[in-house]
Amino acid sequence: MLLQALAFYVFAAITVAAGAMVVVSRNPVYSVLFLILAFFNAAALFVLIGAEFIAMILVIVYVGAVAVLFLFVVMMLDINLTELREGFLKYFPVGALIGVVLFAEMLLGLGIVGAGSKTIAGLNAQGAQVLAIDNTRAIGRVLYTQYFYLFQVAGVVLLVAMIGAIVLTLRTRPGVRRQKAGDQINRTKEQAMTVVKVPTRGGV
Amino acid sequence: MSADLIHFFTTNWLGQAIVIVAQCLAVTVPLLVAVAYMTYVDRKVWASIQLRRGPNVVGPFGLLQPFADGLKLVLKETIIPSSANGVLFIIAPMITFMTALVAWAVVPFDNGWVIADINVGILYLFAISSLGVYGIIIAGWASNSKYAFLGALRSAAQMVSYEVSIGFVLITVLLCVGSLNLSDVVLAQSGGFWHWFFLPLLPMFVIFFVSSLAETNRTPFDLPMSEAELVAGFHTEYSAMTFGLFFLGEYANMILLSAMGAILFLGGWMSPIPYAPFTYVPGVVWFALKIAFLLFVFSWTKGTLPRYRYDQLMRLGWKVFLPVSLGWVVLTAAVLQFSGWVPKP
Repeated sequence: MLLQALAFYVFAAITVAAGAMVVVSRNPVYSVLFLILAFFNAAALFVLIGAEFIAMILVIVYVGAVAVLFLFVVMMLDINLTELREGFLKYFPVGALIGVVLFAEMLLGLGIVGAGSKTIAGLNAQGAQVLAIDNTRAIGRVLYTQYFYLFQVAGVVLLVAMIGAIVLTLRTRPGVRRQKAGDQINRTKEQAMTVVKVPTRGGV
Repeated sequence: MSADLIHFFTTNWLGQAIVIVAQCLAVTVPLLVAVAYMTYVDRKVWASIQLRRGPNVVGPFGLLQPFADGLKLVLKETIIPSSANGVLFIIAPMITFMTALVAWAVVPFDNGWVIADINVGILYLFAISSLGVYGIIIAGWASNSKYAFLGALRSAAQMVSYEVSIGFVLITVLLCVGSLNLSDVVLAQSGGFWHWFFLPLLPMFVIFFVSSLAETNRTPFDLPMSEAELVAGFHTEYSAMTFGLFFLGEYANMILLSAMGAILFLGGWMSPIPYAPFTYVPGVVWFALKIAFLLFVFSWTKGTLPRYRYDQLMRLGWKVFLPVSLGWVVLTAAVLQFSGWVPKP
């Protein structure tokens, strides 16, 4: 138990510190790297509360794919740091407001402010029941029964976003010659070669 | 006495720490020896394909060659380019090497021979193998060199693309097993090679193998370090042991993906024929033989195939493997559902 508490404080401290460094650090590449560190420690916190499925999905999706693309983009940017600093005061109130709203939502969701049934004690009691089966199975059971339509809708939303991104970036360029693998494979000897009788000293 | 010892190793924190360290060493040391000899076998196989002798000078049959190479790398001077980002430049090879080793914690070598028998073993392996890209991309950026950076960008795009199809391959296997635990995956294939998943899921096995070539940046997908265009790709600026760690990490990753292939499709530690003389052989030997076979195919492809062009590589990943693997997931799910073969939890 003591070890678990110790691990929690270490991971939580690193998560918060890395989160702060994402905002504070001057080089955007460092920001992304600290963001990855924060993701990792958040995954470790999930493991500590026994949600190993969510922890692994967090690492696979956010660290393994999303953050790679972030890093990809940020490394390609030619960033002027002084320009980046200029808008800070202008945008600070908006950022702070979003932060406050998100924090309030989190408190409401946890039922500390509102009188919801989902208090910490209630969640723990539910968790104890769920832990009888492993949590991958537990998530599957509610996701594909109770929340099936919401799950499908989430999929459709992602599909729409994907189509939107493709439509925005797709441009047809005339005159580009593409390799057609099917045509190449289907080409036969008859189509590709002709035997020419060359008369002596006549050339082709 | 022995009861006292058992008590010491199971309850005392010092005893538990000793056990954990011993377990780590028991996996890491054979793995590093395997990596060393993999470099030797690789060169011997290419040499045979090209009708050469390969390494044959250091020690009998050149068997001490890997150690000579290692010693050379350790003794050389580590050069950090003056315009490189020093901290990240040093961290990058460490990340590559570490992620290649950490994944072995969940690999079952025999029935019950596994350090951490976690419920989400496959997801853990998938997560860790998707982290390998960070070592490469950080190395490319921190080197502050155009060749290294181009290599890193190619590698990042390539690894992210092929991970998608590996993910679908894993889903198909999981559908047939009904568990995310790697030991369960192997036990689901018990009873002879005709029960292994490579037969019913043959297209997925092929896709998995080709994708694992792409994940480890091996020929025909070694564009991130293609000598002809990018000098040495992402590790152009690396020297001595910083390069050595990349090299070791790359081979350890190859062995890891071969182990994944053996567990998912070739029945892990199971003997191919479940009858008397074959079942006397310890499971770990069968497991090693299967890994060795897949590694041989890795070397064989490297000695045989030319390199893909970059647009061909992307086409293969996104336009061929992704639709085929996605279709196969749907097909497997439908077959399991309508034939009533859905594994019982």
